[in-house]
Order: sequence, then structure tokens, then C-alpha cells
Amino acid sequence: MHPVVSLLIQRLALGVLLLLAASALIFGLTEVLPGDAAQAILGQSATPESLANLREEMGLNRPALTRYFEWLGGILTGDMGNALTNKLPIADQIGKRMSSTLFLAFWAALISVPLAILLGLIAVRYQNRWPDKIISGVTLASISLPEFMIAYILIFFFAVQSLSWGIWGWFGMDPVAFPSFASVSPTMTLGEKLYSITLPAAVLTLVVLAHMMRMTRAAILNVMQSAYIETAELKGLSTFSVIYKHAFPNAIAPIVTVVMINLAYLVVGVVVVEVVFAYPGMGQYLVDAVVKRDVPVVLACGVIFAAVYIILNIIADVVSILANPRLRHPK
Amino acid sequence: MTEPLVKVRGLKIGATVYPPGEKPHDIEIVHGVDFDLQPGKVLGLIGESGAGKSTIGLAAMAYGRGGVKITGGEVWVNGRDILQAGVGDVRKLRGGEVTYVSQSAAASFNPAKQIMEQVIEAAVFQGKFSKKEAEERGVELFRKLGLPDPENIGKRYPHQVSGGQLQRCMTALALCPEPDLVVFDEPTTALDVTTQIDVLAAIKEAIRDTGVAALYITHDLAVVAQVSDDIMVLRMGNTVEYGSVDQIINNPQEEYTQALVSVRTIDHPEKKPTGDPVLQCEHITARYKGTNFDVLHDVNVELYPGQTLAVVGESGSGKSTLARVITGLLPPREGKILFDGRELTPDQPSRPVEDLRELQMIYQMADVAMNPRQTVGTIIGRPLEFYFGLKGAEKQRRIQELLDEIELGSGFQDRYPAELSGGQKQRVCIARALAAKPKLIICDEVTSALDPLVADGILKLLLDLQAREGVAYLFITHDLATVKAISDSIAVMYQGRVQRYGTKTEVLSPPFDDYTDLLLSSVPEMKLGWLEEVIATRKMESAGN
Repeated sequence: MHPVVSLLIQRLALGVLLLLAASALIFGLTEVLPGDAAQAILGQSATPESLANLREEMGLNRPALTRYFEWLGGILTGDMGNALTNKLPIADQIGKRMSSTLFLAFWAALISVPLAILLGLIAVRYQNRWPDKIISGVTLASISLPEFMIAYILIFFFAVQSLSWGIWGWFGMDPVAFPSFASVSPTMTLGEKLYSITLPAAVLTLVVLAHMMRMTRAAILNVMQSAYIETAELKGLSTFSVIYKHAFPNAIAPIVTVVMINLAYLVVGVVVVEVVFAYPGMGQYLVDAVVKRDVPVVLACGVIFAAVYIILNIIADVVSILANPRLRHPK
Repeated sequence: MTEPLVKVRGLKIGATVYPPGEKPHDIEIVHGVDFDLQPGKVLGLIGESGAGKSTIGLAAMAYGRGGVKITGGEVWVNGRDILQAGVGDVRKLRGGEVTYVSQSAAASFNPAKQIMEQVIEAAVFQGKFSKKEAEERGVELFRKLGLPDPENIGKRYPHQVSGGQLQRCMTALALCPEPDLVVFDEPTTALDVTTQIDVLAAIKEAIRDTGVAALYITHDLAVVAQVSDDIMVLRMGNTVEYGSVDQIINNPQEEYTQALVSVRTIDHPEKKPTGDPVLQCEHITARYKGTNFDVLHDVNVELYPGQTLAVVGESGSGKSTLARVITGLLPPREGKILFDGRELTPDQPSRPVEDLRELQMIYQMADVAMNPRQTVGTIIGRPLEFYFGLKGAEKQRRIQELLDEIELGSGFQDRYPAELSGGQKQRVCIARALAAKPKLIICDEVTSALDPLVADGILKLLLDLQAREGVAYLFITHDLATVKAISDSIAVMYQGRVQRYGTKTEVLSPPFDDYTDLLLSSVPEMKLGWLEEVIATRKMESAGN
């Protein structure tokens, strides 16, 4: 068997194991938390008898291991149970929420990933000169501000102030203000949806840009020390083609790793942004569930978030393996 | 006389240095060098490290490596001063008119791209050939340079071919755009002596067939004598002597050139073995974890007190593996190691401290074998504390003694490794090994990274110390001149086996087996026409190229 194939199988198997471990951990943690679903439903006024009855009814008295495997089996067959609060199937809810979150994450990624890599390349090309310093300064500033702060700053300028800007007139347009309330619904056209998510997507882009850009810059600068870069320079290639053709292909592995970590963040780390813009995504859903102590929903969200992280990291691993010519073409 | 292809006048090159504890400042490393190179001729630039030879070579491409800047003078190539040329003009020059072959082809090929793609890149980019023409030319060059399977080797990645092959590919890369000048920067230095000779012959033939001019940079006068028309001897950024190859080799005028030309001055008569052996390797067979082949097969050698056993062979012959087995870093699969008549435990962690003390090691790369943040005193003092529990004044006295023994003054105690020269670093490593008062020191290529004159100094020191302290050396090297200078007995290793073993006189006297003959005949000799002679007369071709 080609060594790459066995390496890939190894990674995939490891990913599955990791996912199982994560699910056990999440389940275990909700078990050891004080109080359970019965307590949550009945609230402060619960009498010991009513608690015991409800636990019996919900099957909470059975051993944790049994309930874990039932729950796990349910997830594997697509049945995540019903939410405690509104009795609706969790899977349907998550399906809707997840597609909203992925929609936002997709557009934020589509802008931020190429932009971050391009800025990284430019920063290397003009290392320690003003373009590098400006790029580093702006991206560092944006990562240093809390994301809700960026969100409110953008809302202030582009949802409120922009109506009074004269700039629109130069293009013969009416003043534009972007919505600060980013609601999307299935009936909207793509254009309407995009318009609606402009500000949250911009905030997310600013938040993840710096990390990816700086990692790209560092990874390529590291490669730029190599002797083969000198060979390329001595072929008379321009600095930018040296960076793009000779340095970048050797820096793919670390860049992909950091890109994947940021993509995962776009899916699972957007709670604050979703709340600020009242965007109906997974983050909102999770926050609501935690507030209402809706344990099954929290569990389901937790497992899905873990899965997103693990899958994206497996992809990063796979790309790193495939990017290495020593593994791709053994002796 | 025709107009020279390259005309260098008053070339001055500077660099910014960052000495520890001082402000960065500019220094001059080449102080005004002049030379001419006619089309199709080869000029050898020779000197020790720090002589500025690579820097001058790269100046012919208007390039400064790292913080190096060309500060003055003129470099005329094809009738224009390239130091005054614009960026676009310089780019046309690099990779078009002048190309470069580096010392380490393994590092100079981009690991992520196929060889052919890199070989033709400059030719296509500079608009000299279409992609198809350049590829045909590449295959033709691969064939001319004696590469196996020239049609397909270009489809491989750099890690899929050997070091010697890659060095030939680099030569093809340099010749592909039909340049007027190729700068060869130590192209065979990193290769085994048996491989070097083939690559050297291939390069020489390619230069002759294509009619290209070349700057050939090396520290090895014997090598440069085989390929050059003229030679320029450089020392610390100045021209020492500049003349035809015949004049430099056969009639050197300057003292420094004479020192370089003269053969090694160490004459070491072999000593008769006395007493019982200090080290016996019996039927050692070893392999690395996770592999399914042995790297050592049934190795038997002995070493007597106060003597030197030289283990010689090319890279991959298993000589360093033998050192790992003896030190216990790689427990053998079969066989045993006797030290002073008693058997050593196979793995290093379980050996008693006394065994560790009696068996010390000195490495090839002195600078990575020392902690850069410790002073020389701390480095030498550590084994004194560890093995003998010395403290305070007594430790200081012993450190002083050791520094005297390696011919460095007391001023060196408080210096850091970065403040020492290559030879001084290696001396400190020797002192550290001696501090343990060992019976046996394993020296792994300890002079390979040093300039010839400095290396001679180290060898003399080792011989003096042996005479005084009676320590035995297991001396691992690929360099036969070193072997002749220092050994009492020799083991020639080839593909994990001891090919030939005995006293120095026995091993170096005919009749030879084929491999020993190849090894001995491959050592460049300081005479004109040696290369052709050897290629014509040797019995066996090197395998690992």
C-alpha cells in the first residue's frame, strides 16, 4: 500500500477515536454538573417526590453508561432527542441553525482566507518596510479589540453614520446603511441574504485575518532562509515570483493548519457576533439552551462543535501530508 | 587579446556583523580584488573559509548573500559594469548570462518541485528556449553528465536521487540556459571522495563541451588543479597569488601558497600494539529500529591502549553507526563489545558512570556540540564536577591545566563558543573529552569541517595528547590523508562490512582489493592531469553516486 494511504487511514481512524472521546467527555461533564434535566424542568419549587417521578419517567435513574450509549446511538442514527423546553426534535432545529452558521462562516472564510494569504505574501515581499508595517499594525489592532467592540464600531459607522456620508453621491447612489440586525430566512434571495450578513461577515473577517496573515508571513519567512530560495533568486526571478513559486509551496502545511483552526473558529466561536447581530445561528442556539438549562441541546451542540473542530483538523493534517513530496513520492 | 568576458577591478565587499555584546558595525571582507576571465576559460578561486572566495563568486552575479554588500570597484560582464546596472538588467544577467552551482545541491533544489521543472526554469523564464526545447536540452545535459535514465530522472523529486546525482542535476540546471559563465561554488566538497571524482570529471567534460567559462571556487587546491586554467589564491579578502595553474602548482612564489601546495607535514610512524586491547568489537551486527536490513554485518575490530584505529569509508558505509554501537546509543543485534577485557552492557543508560567516563566522544560539528550559552570554563568544568566531584579552586586549577594542554590561554575561560574560531571550538571539545580522563576517545570526523592547515593543527594536538596521556582513539573519517597522518591501524568499511583491516602499513600496501583501490586512487593529487589518469586506470566505479 502507498504510504500516504496508510497514513491517511491512520489519521481518519484517529479522528473517529478522538470524536468518541470528545463525546464521552462532553456527556461526562454534563453528568457531573449539579442538577439534571428533571431539576431544570421543575425548577426551585420541585418536591423530592415530583423529582423522583420525573426522573423515573425520563429514564434518568438508569446508569450513566447506558444513557451514554443510547444517546450516542441516537446521534449516529440522526436522532438527537427532543429539546426539554419546547419538545421539538433537536436535529431539525440544529439543521436550520447550522445552515445559517455555515452560510455566514462560508462567506467570511471566502473573503478572509485569500485576503490573509495575499496580505501575508505582500508582507513578506516588503518585509520590514511600510506595507508590511501597515498590514501588521492594522491586523494586530483588529485582533486586539474584543469582537463585540469591532461589531459595535462597524454598526456605528456603517449602519448609522453612513446615511449621512456624501460619498454615496459620488457614485450616483442613495445613501446606504447596512443592517445591524442580520436576519436571514429561506425565502430571501442570495443578494438579500448577503446584504443582510455584510456587517457580521466583516467583523468575523477582521477577527480571523490577523492570525492567518501573521502565520502565513512567518511560515514563508522561515522558508525564505533556505538555500533553494537563493537558487531561485540567482535564476533572475522577481522577488514576488520567488515567494509565490518557490517559498509558498513549502509553507503550505503550517498555513493550512492555521487556516483550519480559524475556519473552525468561524463555525464554533461566533457566539458573541451572533448575539450582537441577533443572527439565528448555532451560537445563539447554544446560548439560549445554556440559559434554559436545556441539557440535551447543549450536548448536541457540544458534539457538533467538537466534530467540526476534529474534521477541519483532519483536513489540515491530510493536506499537510499531501503537500509533503517526501511522503507523496517515496524513494 | 580578445576582450575578457569578466573583468573585475578593485572589487570591495563589506558586511554588517553583529558581535555579541557590541553594536552592529560594518566590516570589509574583500579588500580590492582584480582579475580577468576570457571566454571559455576556467579560473579557480582558492582559499580557506573566510577568504572571501564565495563572496567574490557571487559578486559576478551582483549578488550579496545575507548582509553582504558590494561596496566598491567594478565588475564588467559582457562589456557592461553590472554593479551599475538596473534591477531588470541584473535579472537578465542572473540565470541567463551567469549561473550558479552551489556546494549543497540537496539544499539548493526546491523540495516541492520536480527536478526538470527547476532545471529549465531559468532558461524558459529568460526567454532563451521554449519549454519543450529546454526540456530536450535538459535531457541531453543529464545524459552528458552521466546521470542514470536521463529521459526520466527529471520527473523525480530532489529527495528521490542521491547527493552525487543531485550535484550533477545542479550542474545541468546551471548549463541549461546556455550561460556565458558558470560560478561553481565548492561543487564537490560535500560529496564522498569516490563520488567527487566522477562528478568532477563530468563537470570538466561539460565545461569543455559547452565552451562555457567558469569560476571554480574551492578550498582544495588538488581539485582546482584538475579543472582550472588559472588560479587565484585568496586569503582574508586579499589576493595572495594569481597565475596559471602550472605556475601555482609547480612553482608557487608566496609562502602561503607553498604551504597549501606542500603535502601534509605530519609523519606518524605506526606504533606496535602493547598490552591487552582496550576495545574489542566481536561480531557486531546492528540495524536501526523500524528497518528490516542490517547496517553493520559481523564487524570485528580491536584497539590497543595509546593507539589509533582509523575507521574509513564513504557516507553510508556504517562507520558512524559503529560509533553509536560502541557508545551504547544503538544496542547491537548480535555480538558484543569488550572494554578493557570486560563486556559492556549494550545500551548506554544502563552503563555504570565509570564506563561512561572512560569512553568519551568528539564530534564533527564543534559548534553544535557545545551549549552556546555556556562559557568555555563551564563547558570544560562540567565533566570535572560530574565524574570527579571537583569544586572551587581545584576545579579552576584543572580547567586551567586542560586549557594549557589544548594550547589555549587562560583568557579563554570566560569566552562563549560564538567568540571562538572553528579550530578553537574543536580544541575546547577535545579538552571536554580529556577532562574525564578517558581510556578511549571516539573522534567522529573531527577535522572534516576545518580548513586543511587548521585541521593539521588539530591532528598534531591529538597525537601529542596521545603520547602524553596514553589515550586510544577510534578515529572515524572519510579522508585518507587524515588516516595516513594519524592511524596505527586501519579498518576500511564498505556497505556495513569491514572490507580490509590491519596495521597502517598492511592496509596501505598493495595488493589492494577493488574497493580500497578505488578509495585510495580517488584522493585528489596535487598534480596536473591526475584526474584523466585515474579515470583511465581505476578498477571499479564508485557505487553510491
